[in-house]
Amino acid sequence: MQQLPVLQVVIPLLGALLCALVRRPLAAWLVATVVSWTVPVIAVVLLHEALVDGVVSYHLGGWDPSLGIEYRVDVVNGLILVIVSVIAAVIAPFARQSVAAELAPERVAWFYTMYLLSLAGMLGITITGDAFNAFVFLEISSLSSYALIALGRDRRALVAAYQYLILGTIGATFYVIGVGLLYVMTGTLNLGLMAERVVAVETTRPVIAALAFITVGISLKLALFPLHVWLPNAYAYAPSTATVFLAATSTKVAIYLLTRFLFFVFGARFVFGEMPVTPIFVAFSIAAIFVAATVAVFQSDAKRLLAYSSVAQIGYITLGLALATTTGLTGGFVHIIAHALTKAALFMALGAIMFRAGTVAIDDLGGIGRTMPLTVAALTVAGLSLIGIPGTIGFVSKWYLVVASFEAGWWWLAFLIVASSLITLVYVGRVVEAAWFREPTAVALAAREAPAAMLIPIWLLAGATIYLGLDAGRAAGIAGKVAATLLGGPQ
Amino acid sequence: MSPATLLVTALVLPAATALLVPLFARSPNRREAVTLLGAVASFAAVAALVPPVLAGARPAVDLLDVLPGLVITLALEPLGMLFAVVASGLWIVNSLYSIGYMRANDEPRQTTFYVCFAAAIAATLGTAFAGNLFTLFLFYEALTLVTYPLVTHHRDEEARRAGRLYLLMLVGGSTVLLLPAIAWTGIVAGSLGFHAGGILAGKLGTAALALLLALYVFGIAKAAVMPMHFWLPAAMVAPTPVSALLHAVAVVKAGVFFITKVIVYVIGVDTLRADGAGDWLVYVASFTVVVASLVALRQDHLKRRLAYSTISQLSYVVLGAALFNPLALIGAALHIATHAVAKITLFFAAGSLHTAGHVDHVSEMDGVGRRMPWTMASFAIGALSMIGVPPTAGFISKWFILAGAAGAGQWFAVAVIVVSTLLNAGYFLPPVYRAFARAPADGDRGDALAESPWPMVAALVATAIATVALFFFPDVPYRLAGMLISG
Repeated sequence: MQQLPVLQVVIPLLGALLCALVRRPLAAWLVATVVSWTVPVIAVVLLHEALVDGVVSYHLGGWDPSLGIEYRVDVVNGLILVIVSVIAAVIAPFARQSVAAELAPERVAWFYTMYLLSLAGMLGITITGDAFNAFVFLEISSLSSYALIALGRDRRALVAAYQYLILGTIGATFYVIGVGLLYVMTGTLNLGLMAERVVAVETTRPVIAALAFITVGISLKLALFPLHVWLPNAYAYAPSTATVFLAATSTKVAIYLLTRFLFFVFGARFVFGEMPVTPIFVAFSIAAIFVAATVAVFQSDAKRLLAYSSVAQIGYITLGLALATTTGLTGGFVHIIAHALTKAALFMALGAIMFRAGTVAIDDLGGIGRTMPLTVAALTVAGLSLIGIPGTIGFVSKWYLVVASFEAGWWWLAFLIVASSLITLVYVGRVVEAAWFREPTAVALAAREAPAAMLIPIWLLAGATIYLGLDAGRAAGIAGKVAATLLGGPQ
Repeated sequence: MSPATLLVTALVLPAATALLVPLFARSPNRREAVTLLGAVASFAAVAALVPPVLAGARPAVDLLDVLPGLVITLALEPLGMLFAVVASGLWIVNSLYSIGYMRANDEPRQTTFYVCFAAAIAATLGTAFAGNLFTLFLFYEALTLVTYPLVTHHRDEEARRAGRLYLLMLVGGSTVLLLPAIAWTGIVAGSLGFHAGGILAGKLGTAALALLLALYVFGIAKAAVMPMHFWLPAAMVAPTPVSALLHAVAVVKAGVFFITKVIVYVIGVDTLRADGAGDWLVYVASFTVVVASLVALRQDHLKRRLAYSTISQLSYVVLGAALFNPLALIGAALHIATHAVAKITLFFAAGSLHTAGHVDHVSEMDGVGRRMPWTMASFAIGALSMIGVPPTAGFISKWFILAGAAGAGQWFAVAVIVVSTLLNAGYFLPPVYRAFARAPADGDRGDALAESPWPMVAALVATAIATVALFFFPDVPYRLAGMLISG
């Protein structure tokens, strides 16, 4: 039990190695599945311990945190660990047929290798309490993500991966510059110690520069508008399974890392009280919500449409962070949960359609609701959650954000938030209307309902958006604890 | 069964019907039998609630704690009781009519139609029973979503365009205006519950209160207060049973019901009257009453004329509520019921004309009264009720609103009602006149015209009778409406 924090990362890392060794598609998938079903168990146990004890601290190799690497789980990253690993577990059964259909057989094992490396990297970023270790994991997850995207069967996937590689590298470099500055000023890479020591030097120019570098660097990774340009192509051309995984988890992990620095290392008082971070983030979040959503409306490819939607949805999360109040942060973190579930369900439904129909162009999907009713029904349910219809988890996060805006006295912000739902309605409506209410195209008529191995994961996620929307106290309760922890400062 | 159990049962029955109908998709007769049984059972459950409510019971059930402060609660009060009786009662008649209409017109996708219809009734009863603003909002949104497939039933470009407008205006209004209004109410009042006298007394200034009321009135686009009315004429592309029950009764009444609930139980009539923050609503409602009638005058397409008439009549209810006067409030509540029976009759007749010979325009109605006496006699009764001529139900509600307006010294409102009555006569009497007094048009269509299938005729005659009966026996609706002001 004591070794659980390190196992959280080591198991997917070893799994990746094993996949590379076995080289056979089915065996590699089995390894990936076993790993994907093991990590959420560990994550849930860790989150439970964090909820009970406050903090789980693990010293790698027995070194004291001032010298060595500390893995440190509190309720904030405990929640993110659970989200990432649960999504991975749900993806596993979906992946087998989808990956087999979209990739050449000799590449399948490499796909799972990269997939597990990426998973290990994300879990590592989340669990580590060390700024430089986080950078290492950031690179592991990023490099493997570039490879995952480049495995897409469309040749444009290569350009998309290259674009992402360049921007991702710039982001990582910025991050490491910021960490370097902090190291110079505080003499430690441990986040907890950094947080204690930075208070004394927080008005110095290197620390302010570090804040700027780290914020911009991570914002590139989390695709905050206007640093999002790599995202739409990457999501659109990656293999379906990779898109589901990256869309649901990678931006969330980056958001977590940013949260860790802003609220925990630098501290909310300094960042939001003395630095102009709130207006900057509110402005970019609102721009993301409106511009990216408007661009989404005009996409002809459903996958690209959802990719732009992701940029817009990230805006709601950063908006919640920028408000830096208990209600706002609760809304932001509920939206992390909401968006992970919702977008995973949506991209998975598109993956199932891709599997059966071979296309996700909206014009080709006309009437596909007749041949794939269960898939399209799940797509519709998740779409409602994306819009934020009451009774879905998407409503819960928007409700918190609206209330937080009113509490801050920013009624105009509340109106912008609800008005943006209307744009979401339009782009979700375009896909749903085409799928249900148009005469079936030849492609749609030739399709069949998705196999159970895909339908079950899709419906698990779509059902979760409804269940957590009605029993919203669950998600909101834990998000509220996260908010309290973040605003409580270092413990 | 205890009233609380009945309340839940009445909500579950139409929802269960929606789930059962697809199981019988292969056998239309059984499928329709399920719908009819569901309708009768739902009405029975609703009707069984009337005596306890009249006796003063106010059954309430907490269904689900969504979040702290956001609870799905059912709580019955007189206005909701009245709305539920109207909606569930007319569902029976409308189902009978649907069977005739959908079969005679060979409509596609009938199973989907009956499923969505039952779901729409469930959502309507949910709004009627809602015990707080959040629950009301939840069912109100659900009602939009489940009626969307009915609006786009024909799946052609016109239907899809109407569907887009429908979703954009209804969901747009409810998320952009109504949701902030509810959130604001919750923050200011610390509660989302309904209480006699309102929950906002003394908590907001005049300007803020006026703004809040405006957010509610225009956010609740189902009430079709101008300029939030465009979706309603567009929604007429749906099959006539949809227009008849949903877009003349359930959906639109959910809108005016919501507004009335807000005025009576959230902001509070006394607060608004004392404060003057809601005085503008009289003018907005009056504008809609008159302008919608003027537009109706110019519509040759019968269903569109009826749609604009509905817009005008809905604002009677808003006007009645906006006078902040007990008599007018009774009138507003009664108008929900009286307009329902009359307007559904008119739509039934329009659908009957369409089925019998594709008579869709007023200009084609010459002499149809001789070929289709039942249909047109019922149409005439419905038309008289719209104008407010005794002995039809429309007279009663109009009388109360008028009396309330006069009693409050609101002479502007009195004038509006008088002018609108003349306008109503102006667009409802010509079709009646054409149908009975003019000679049939030459050509084969006029000769071939005969009454529609019997289920349709039975349904429209039944609602016509109800329109007259409500004039002579207004006791139950009147007592329910009266309880609204006595608390």
